[in-house]
Amino acid sequence: MKKGISFRQAFFTLLKRDLQIAIRHKGDIFNPLLFFILVVTLFPLGIGPEPQVLSRVAPGVIWVAALLASMLSLERLFKADYADGSLEQMLLSPQPLPLMVLAKVLAHWLLTGVPLILVAPLLAVLLHLDNNSYGALIATLALGTPVLSLLGAIGVALTVGLHKGGVLLSLLILPLYIPVLIFATTAIDAAGLNLPYSGHLAIIGAMLVGSLILAPFAIGASLRVSTN
Amino acid sequence: MWKWLHSYADPERAYNLSGKLLPWFSMLAISLIGIGSVWGLAFAPVDYQQGDSYRIIFIHVPAASMSMSAYMAMATSAFIGLVWQIKSADWAAAAIAPIGAVVTFIALITGATWGKPMWGTWWVWDARLTSELVLLFLYLGVIALYASFEDKVLAARAAGILAIVGVINIPIIKYSVEWWNSLHQPATIKITEKSSMAAEMLYPLLINILGFGLMIGAITLVRFRAEILARNSMRPWVRELAMTEGVK
Amino acid sequence: MVEQNSSKALLSANQLTCIREERILFDELSFEITAGEIVQIEGPNGSGKTSLLRILAGLSRPYAGDVHYQGENITRVRDEFNDDLLYLGHLAGVKSELTAEENLNFNLRISGYDEFETGDILAKVNLAGFEEALAGHLSAGQHRRTALARLWHTNCKIWLLDEPFTAIDKKGVEELEHLFLAHSKRGGCVVLTTHQDMGIIGDDILRKISLEYRFV
Repeated sequence: MKKGISFRQAFFTLLKRDLQIAIRHKGDIFNPLLFFILVVTLFPLGIGPEPQVLSRVAPGVIWVAALLASMLSLERLFKADYADGSLEQMLLSPQPLPLMVLAKVLAHWLLTGVPLILVAPLLAVLLHLDNNSYGALIATLALGTPVLSLLGAIGVALTVGLHKGGVLLSLLILPLYIPVLIFATTAIDAAGLNLPYSGHLAIIGAMLVGSLILAPFAIGASLRVSTN
Repeated sequence: MWKWLHSYADPERAYNLSGKLLPWFSMLAISLIGIGSVWGLAFAPVDYQQGDSYRIIFIHVPAASMSMSAYMAMATSAFIGLVWQIKSADWAAAAIAPIGAVVTFIALITGATWGKPMWGTWWVWDARLTSELVLLFLYLGVIALYASFEDKVLAARAAGILAIVGVINIPIIKYSVEWWNSLHQPATIKITEKSSMAAEMLYPLLINILGFGLMIGAITLVRFRAEILARNSMRPWVRELAMTEGVK
Repeated sequence: MVEQNSSKALLSANQLTCIREERILFDELSFEITAGEIVQIEGPNGSGKTSLLRILAGLSRPYAGDVHYQGENITRVRDEFNDDLLYLGHLAGVKSELTAEENLNFNLRISGYDEFETGDILAKVNLAGFEEALAGHLSAGQHRRTALARLWHTNCKIWLLDEPFTAIDKKGVEELEHLFLAHSKRGGCVVLTTHQDMGIIGDDILRKISLEYRFV
């Protein structure tokens, strides 16, 4: 009985399991996406259909909706594992906890973040987003939504043992989302004015790298508290 | 070094030490805030541009500067608690959070009050006010998380982790908000204390800042002591204390 | 390899104090568990059996005191300890969306094993023919067996088992007892909680640690 699983294999084993479970539970993928689409459609109804107004607020609306959708979908990240004891087994496995956590967050992002990115251009059409801004929209979502998942997972890990719902979670993590929101929307605005926005992307990229390195440790520490 | 720290980590010793420190903190805080406020509100010269309304800075600036320092203190304490597994440090962090939130709230209210005569409106999305608002949200998050746990030992640990995550994010949030603000608003309306502030204005301000810091320290000590007693209520030394102190 | 370690305690609890909801479950509890021992933690409901097991596993942090693995604090040597620990709680991480085989495969791989035959192991816990069944569709006993299957393919020395016999039939309990005995002969140790009487592991072998229900 030799133990021959490398860290990489352990990472992909967990990633594969989470994807497998999600595919057998399709609602988890589609509900946040529907929420995202619904919230965005509410805005033209709320502020009127003038294309100029809509295209002015489009970056902010799409990003705020993406932020909320990402947060809502995150709530289930550790819930099932907590309820059936898998989380304890993960904490006690000989694999490094930050790595395991990263696999779970990646699986979650692939299932909820990527669909958001794919459907965003469609919503941009509905909101008359400036034609020059599409590239920036996709790029900021691609770099920014993983940051949202990583930061949000900290809040989820802290609250997984509590019976309180998303309201507490939003209080914990929405303030942390502010920098991503600011840089992403200004990048899209800049693109709309034909200004360079690579600097904004670089900053979001830096936030991604920073949260990739630090967040898994915070998530791991939070899970240890939550399962205590 | 850590041996020394651990000896004060014992709840009973932390309780006794904080009891010895408390009178010093409270007396110094009361006298400094007394001197600073009377000096600042009654004797400091009138500002030639803003008239008497500038005098709110003697409350606003200490509150604003201490709101950030209190967060730092909370996160530092939480970090010590997390790394060296010292429960007293977690409790100290939990004790600071509501005080920090109140100070932040005071800074926001006084900022808005100052804004009314200055800008003609209560609220402007000024970089500093916005950062202060976000800081208030961060405090409220820590408090809400602490309140949500039944087991307060765990609550303090969880709130501590959130405080540390927040403190890493504060510089990023501050920077992004300032940058956002500079994009959306010309720099004409901005609260900037003149760097060449008259000494008669500066001294009472500094005294009040120090006084506010000590006041926060004093209230923290009171809350910390209460926290220690609540968490150790079933320990023999607390029972003994209750027996001897309770009679009086 | 067994000789050297058997003289030294595999797992030792030092002055453990556990407080839950302002109630002291146990206070300054100390004991040592050496290789080859089978230990039952007994006590009425609410006396802290599960809490003790979770503290021993390193899942919960005690209010005071610490747990040592081969003389080292488990928080210091967490990786080595986890590598030598098999803990199964009330719920042992069986996913109802996955089949029995997928569950076992995942659990073993995440524990580090890469060469095993899931079919053979499942046959040992009487789940032959149920490999492809979703765990959510299995009976409570079969569900539990899916979790316990890991015990048949492990080289962890320390087994911490919370109510392993729940929902297991008489024959299954006997098989488990034989497995525990074999494990202790190999130089491992078993710490378990149960309310069931064990037929095969006699009182001469079984060591008991009793917890009382405390009102204060």
